[in-house]
Amino acid sequence: MGRNGSLEAPGTRASTMLGTSKDSGYGIVTREDFSDVTFLLEIRHPLMAQAAQPGQFVIVMSHAEGERIPLTIADFDRGKGTITLVIQAVGKTTREMQQLCRIGTSLFALVGPMGVPSHVGGARKVTCVGGGLGVAPVFPQARAFKEAGAYVIGIIGFRTRALVFWEDKFRSCCDELIVCTDDGSMGVKGPVTEGIKRAIAAHPDIGEVVAIGPPLMMKACAEATRPHKINTMVSLNPVMVDGTGMCGGCRVRVGGQIKFACVDGPDFDGHQVDFEDLTTRLRRFATEEKSALDRWSESCRMTTPPEEAGGG
Amino acid sequence: MAKKRTIRTIPQERTRPHEQDPVERAKNFSEVTCVFSIEDAVRESERCLFCPDPKCVEGCPVGIDIPGFIRKIGEKDFRGAYDVITDANLLASVCGRVCPQETQCEGPCPVGENLEPVAIGRLERFVGDMAIQERWTNIPYVEPNRYRVGIIGSGPAGMACAADMAKAGCEVTVFEAFHVPGGVLRYGIPDFRLPNEVIDAEIDNLRALGVRFECNTLVGRLFTIEQMIGEMGFDAVFVGTGAGYPRFMGIPGDSLNNVLSANELLTRCNMMRARDSSHDTPLPLGRRVAVIGAGNTAMDAMRVCMRLGSEHVYCIYRRTKAESPARVEEVHHAEEEGIEFHWLTNPIEILGDAEGNVRGMRCIRMELGEPDESGRRGPVPVAGSEFEFEADTVVIAIGTHANPIIGQTAKLKLSSRGYIEVDENLATSMAGVFAGGDIVTGAATVIEAMGAGRKAARGMKAWLGIRDTDTVYQPEPVGGEATILGIGIAEKNFVRVHLG
Repeated sequence: MGRNGSLEAPGTRASTMLGTSKDSGYGIVTREDFSDVTFLLEIRHPLMAQAAQPGQFVIVMSHAEGERIPLTIADFDRGKGTITLVIQAVGKTTREMQQLCRIGTSLFALVGPMGVPSHVGGARKVTCVGGGLGVAPVFPQARAFKEAGAYVIGIIGFRTRALVFWEDKFRSCCDELIVCTDDGSMGVKGPVTEGIKRAIAAHPDIGEVVAIGPPLMMKACAEATRPHKINTMVSLNPVMVDGTGMCGGCRVRVGGQIKFACVDGPDFDGHQVDFEDLTTRLRRFATEEKSALDRWSESCRMTTPPEEAGGG
Repeated sequence: MAKKRTIRTIPQERTRPHEQDPVERAKNFSEVTCVFSIEDAVRESERCLFCPDPKCVEGCPVGIDIPGFIRKIGEKDFRGAYDVITDANLLASVCGRVCPQETQCEGPCPVGENLEPVAIGRLERFVGDMAIQERWTNIPYVEPNRYRVGIIGSGPAGMACAADMAKAGCEVTVFEAFHVPGGVLRYGIPDFRLPNEVIDAEIDNLRALGVRFECNTLVGRLFTIEQMIGEMGFDAVFVGTGAGYPRFMGIPGDSLNNVLSANELLTRCNMMRARDSSHDTPLPLGRRVAVIGAGNTAMDAMRVCMRLGSEHVYCIYRRTKAESPARVEEVHHAEEEGIEFHWLTNPIEILGDAEGNVRGMRCIRMELGEPDESGRRGPVPVAGSEFEFEADTVVIAIGTHANPIIGQTAKLKLSSRGYIEVDENLATSMAGVFAGGDIVTGAATVIEAMGAGRKAARGMKAWLGIRDTDTVYQPEPVGGEATILGIGIAEKNFVRVHLG
């Protein structure tokens, strides 16, 4: 027959393998809260767990009236058939998810993996830098570089010790790990660029830097490596609708040209990215986002006892 | 049979359907053009001359027997009319609304040489809408043939291909990246032109044929076409992913906030329901919106902006109304609704404020130059005619490039511009993989995409070795002077009959 390949158990139809059934949506199997704003969801989607590569992202709709929001895949487990997302509750949609996404509930829509996978090239020595929420999505890249035989220096940055997560995961795949905290409560005091400086000083032969985090942090990383001419890849996460190249809402300027982060990226050469343009475009719906959050918070206050509101 | 109709005996005036008042409708998303009443439809059907060699059928990309269904309307056999249409086209309600009839079926109608042509599109819609209302479906009995067909993209090309392959007995699965099926019919064409209920009804028809829809599935990334053929057991695949990669102007100010593609505007409004406060997707529009381009998508974008409450909506187009690629009816409706057209005007810069938002545009006036070798007069700038005007949103509707995802993930032969290369049967360079619609031709119309979907289905059936169950052949009755020993003189010894 030749029809019982790896994507399909014998006798099953392809369609039963595609995600989970429509009736149940995409089931949440694990939830972990790293802080009062940061939380992890592990979601069952065997086919996506098979397909996912470092650097790719998904689009999520938490309910039928929700927005489509892009989230970078923070981990995938091909054996368990799950993908992991780490979410920061900052706007209406993510705060609502923080409240509603529990083990046993499911997401209305989950599509991916999207974007061009990161190029895990032949660099012998790489530095993977994650700042704040960028710590999670840089993990698959660090692991992939390690699996490809590179010497991996991990640099992860947080505001303070209490917010640190996944230190153990990074230790398991990094030859060296530098933890940076803004207040010096753990590891190196200062931003991740402080860690980059130390890494470059100790290892003049670093062949590539991967930096993921807020735009300002990625910009600072790119500036830190520019004088050393170290190839620096950043992962951009602008506002998206479809994630398939159809709307152009996620366009960014790279090397003076318009690129769509969803299908041309999300990884781009950090030395070529116009970060000013990116930060401006990220403010695009600032007014609408604020009023949506205010309206939502107001409605929560009316329906939820104050001690539970926002706490998840 | 009644007396033969001639151009003099038919009703001279084309029947006008009721339309919503322009002032009223520019504030709502209900349909602009109401469906024909039964009396209107029968009266309009009387304007058809039943030409022996109907040019309208030749003009129809899917070859509907147009005089055939119009005759049935005249006989008030509406179900019969529906049967005739669905023989060629499952999506009567959609096509009756969105086809550019003036260049397809109605364009060559001989009635149009002296009077206005028969309102074929409106008659088709009348039949399609009645079918939805009466819940008619034409689901033929189909003998399953155990072939499995995968369709990538649930837009018009994919839907048409799915319908034909399901009718041929294949097990058909349609993959859609969005969370709802329908493709451009869903995200692109606004409700006042094509209500969602119509799309739902057409998709239900496909489901009744046994077609399965898998949404939230990005083929190429979740699995590849090679995997579909090699590992997932699909015997044939159709790629109908659409062109979908909007072009921007390449002028200063392109990436300012509040500059967006028509695709993004329409997707936020139509599919994500940004206009409905119970939905979360935002779509802020200013008081003054400038839409660049004058195709159907531009018309849709402008009319959406009017309905979302913008006070001034400008159409900026570098050629004249005569060159506008939009359907005549759409331009007419847009004009009625108060869209301000600026023909022969070309944008040279989008002006921004300190926060990176649009504050206006700089344009230049154009004039039509000497005809080029194709006879078309190209627009040329008028020196010194630059001017600026205020705008707080700019919508770009100047067309699309090929979407790169399939090209990035499958080893299909592409053209230099990224479109999929196909042969005359719409077969791609990969065995068993066919492609059609915008991803092959670049942006075109809904019905052209459907025509491509059907053509690919024919190629696919031949490739799979499936006898075409749409068409069976039987000999004409023996005898009479038209045959010699039972063989038709004009080789017309076979006629097409329809099953189901």
